[in-house]
Amino acid sequence: MNPIFEKGGKLYWLHSTVDAFETFLHVPGTVTKKGAHVRDSIDLKRILILVVIAAAPAALFGMWNVGYQHGLATGDTSLNILGNWWYGFLKVLPLYLVSYIVGLGIEFASCQIRGEEVSEGYLVSGFFIPLIVPVTTPLWMLALAVAFAVIFGKEVFGGTGMNIVNPAILTRAFLFFSYPNYMSGSECWIAHKPAEQLVDGFTGATPLALEGSAQYSTDFWSMFIGTVPGSVGETSVLAILLGACILLWTGIASWKIMLGGVLGALLVGGIGDLAGISSISCLEQLLYGGFAFGIVFMATDPVTSAQTEAGKWIYGFLIGALCITVRLFNPGYAEGMMLAILLCNIFAPLIDHCVIGAHLSRKAKKLKTA
Amino acid sequence: MSQTIVLKKGLNIPVSGEAELRVSKTIAPGIVAVQPTAFKGFLPRLLVKEGDSVLCGSPVLADKKNADILLTSPVSGTVKEIVRGDKRKLLAVLIEADAKQQCVDFGIKDAAKLDAAQVRQALLQSGLWPWLVQRPYGVIADPEAAPRDIFVSTFSTAPLAPDAKFCFGSEMAAAQAGVDALSKLTSGKVHLGLDGSASPFAALKGAEQHIFKGMHPAGNVGVQISHIAPICKEDIVWTVSPAGLVAIGKLFTTGRYDVRRKVAVTGPAAFEPSYIEALPGIPMKEIAAFCGNEPGATRVISGDILSGSNVGADGYLGFFDNQITLVREGTEEELLGWINPVRAKQFSADRSYFSWIMPKSRKYEMTTNLHGGPRAFLMNDGYYARVLPMDIYPIFLAKACLAGDIEKMEKFGIYEVLPEDLATCEFVDPSKNNIQDMIEQGINLMLKEMA
Repeated sequence: MNPIFEKGGKLYWLHSTVDAFETFLHVPGTVTKKGAHVRDSIDLKRILILVVIAAAPAALFGMWNVGYQHGLATGDTSLNILGNWWYGFLKVLPLYLVSYIVGLGIEFASCQIRGEEVSEGYLVSGFFIPLIVPVTTPLWMLALAVAFAVIFGKEVFGGTGMNIVNPAILTRAFLFFSYPNYMSGSECWIAHKPAEQLVDGFTGATPLALEGSAQYSTDFWSMFIGTVPGSVGETSVLAILLGACILLWTGIASWKIMLGGVLGALLVGGIGDLAGISSISCLEQLLYGGFAFGIVFMATDPVTSAQTEAGKWIYGFLIGALCITVRLFNPGYAEGMMLAILLCNIFAPLIDHCVIGAHLSRKAKKLKTA
Repeated sequence: MSQTIVLKKGLNIPVSGEAELRVSKTIAPGIVAVQPTAFKGFLPRLLVKEGDSVLCGSPVLADKKNADILLTSPVSGTVKEIVRGDKRKLLAVLIEADAKQQCVDFGIKDAAKLDAAQVRQALLQSGLWPWLVQRPYGVIADPEAAPRDIFVSTFSTAPLAPDAKFCFGSEMAAAQAGVDALSKLTSGKVHLGLDGSASPFAALKGAEQHIFKGMHPAGNVGVQISHIAPICKEDIVWTVSPAGLVAIGKLFTTGRYDVRRKVAVTGPAAFEPSYIEALPGIPMKEIAAFCGNEPGATRVISGDILSGSNVGADGYLGFFDNQITLVREGTEEELLGWINPVRAKQFSADRSYFSWIMPKSRKYEMTTNLHGGPRAFLMNDGYYARVLPMDIYPIFLAKACLAGDIEKMEKFGIYEVLPEDLATCEFVDPSKNNIQDMIEQGINLMLKEMA
């Protein structure tokens, strides 16, 4: 590194930033000083970039879907796949730019203040944020929400690895509670210009909030492939499953959380089915809304999820169960995934505390009898 | 009947440079260092001054807190230099060996017929007492204490560890005398951890045998204790390494302080890795021939590659170590290395690389490169627990140590571990934390607070 960026140099305030870009280009030539003299070649950059790669199918599909939904809404289906994708790409790109510029800006500054290297955590959060908001979210709102989430969700606790709630979920929660008109209902999910003529029987509602008919299909395959309105990246269960395969294959995400979540959702959904209070079956619940995206990408965040193996089952199960509970019993919110994850993020340390307590007393008992 | 314990968790680190089973060189004693720094809790008091002549087995240093604990000279000769570091901290006493090699005669005794006080006296007097390491905390055993049990792990699973059969196979008479002596010191049992029924140590009598199967750190005595009889609060147990067991036995069978041993010179940077016969405290200059063409860019480690200490080319072999590891300093940068999908020449236990597909026999030429920058802990406890065959939560323990929270440290098992036990966790950590150092700090805090 140029000495101008070192401590005492004129541009020391850029130290963390320059270091971040340098280590992005090169694995640095630093050697071990203490402890184990050789280390595994894995690092956080590798792990986190794999999460981004895993989410890429959902992002690419989401961009295409933005264009496709626009076409359905205006009745103009003349665009081909690439055309639709390009339309969506241009709509989603500003969201990405805002997410990364605001979030990384704050991250770089905080790391410099703490005198640390820039952690890669926000690369993932910043990639997720545009995928879990409606495509029409005003950019200033997004910027505000990202700034809130990164500062109060993460940096005040000490940065990546120390946070209690997932910054991406917090961003969405901030938007949801501060600007509910822009984040729910039937106005926000489909990108179109006010002047554009819409088709007869048009509805902007997502399948979860849908009453009556719509210009899009809600059969199993449409829901599975994701040709329905919704937040940018959440609609396609197929693309999300592709990502899930990568995450499970590499062992980055916990299969226990994912399976626990599915089981929890099926249980509550099943009870709802039996009691006759649900309009869609428990299996369909898994395809609707943000459940798939949440349980695969959000719930499995290793920092904010439960740490213990038994805790992961409980944590996942609670998320699934809570999500469907909100969907079934709260008429105010059509979707419960965000709230379920947020709540369980906060409860994760408690879950771990109980699991460890139980484990230790079991161990003590075993020693006594031995 | 010995019981077999199979440990599923753990990680064998496939580093190249295993020592060939032959003794390529016998190091004639020239200069030998007696280093008090290898012993935790030992406050050295000098018993010799420069120019004094000593015999093999003569006391050189005593512990200030307990004057009975001695460190003795492994050779006969004259004290050449007393090496001090910052704040006059005593680092080493250098002894120049003479040609005659006379030994203090401690007398041949039958260990089985002695009582506890006589064994204790013999070990203290000869300077073999420091081989007894107390758990918790890994300090020198307190001669006044009565340990619950004494544990010996007869094998090592550390990367490139010396072969127990080759090193100690011919010393079983001494090892038996060692077991006989140790069994006097405890009201409990002497436990032997074996790597299989074919181990030469399986022939020893008077000790309870346990067979351990598994990957590193299955050979660590701490891991074995936690599966045989875990250490609870206020328990005290002692551990002895196999080299110590043999040395203790030889004191009774030959009447001499004899710590000569086979030392494996290993590692990816070692030229023709093989064994040498040497004493603890020999200068690393003696093995310069193994460093090949790049002595400057090679790290010289006394001990194994995970928990050994970097003593440098001018350093000395540690008291407990029977392995030297030579590894190249990995100071070169790697363009976009972290995103390279294959990186076939580097090992990773993580499945985001492909080394897990490679045949198990494949060895990697590892370097000391950190492969990333230091970060906060990000991965779950389970990510680390998969390489630690103990019933504890390693990251919760490490974080408790970081926070200096004694209650939590106790709860998460600080009594059961030494830093070396968590070395595999440190190896796999993608956040590049120095977990062994954290545990060390935690233990130091416990020692300070509990004293």
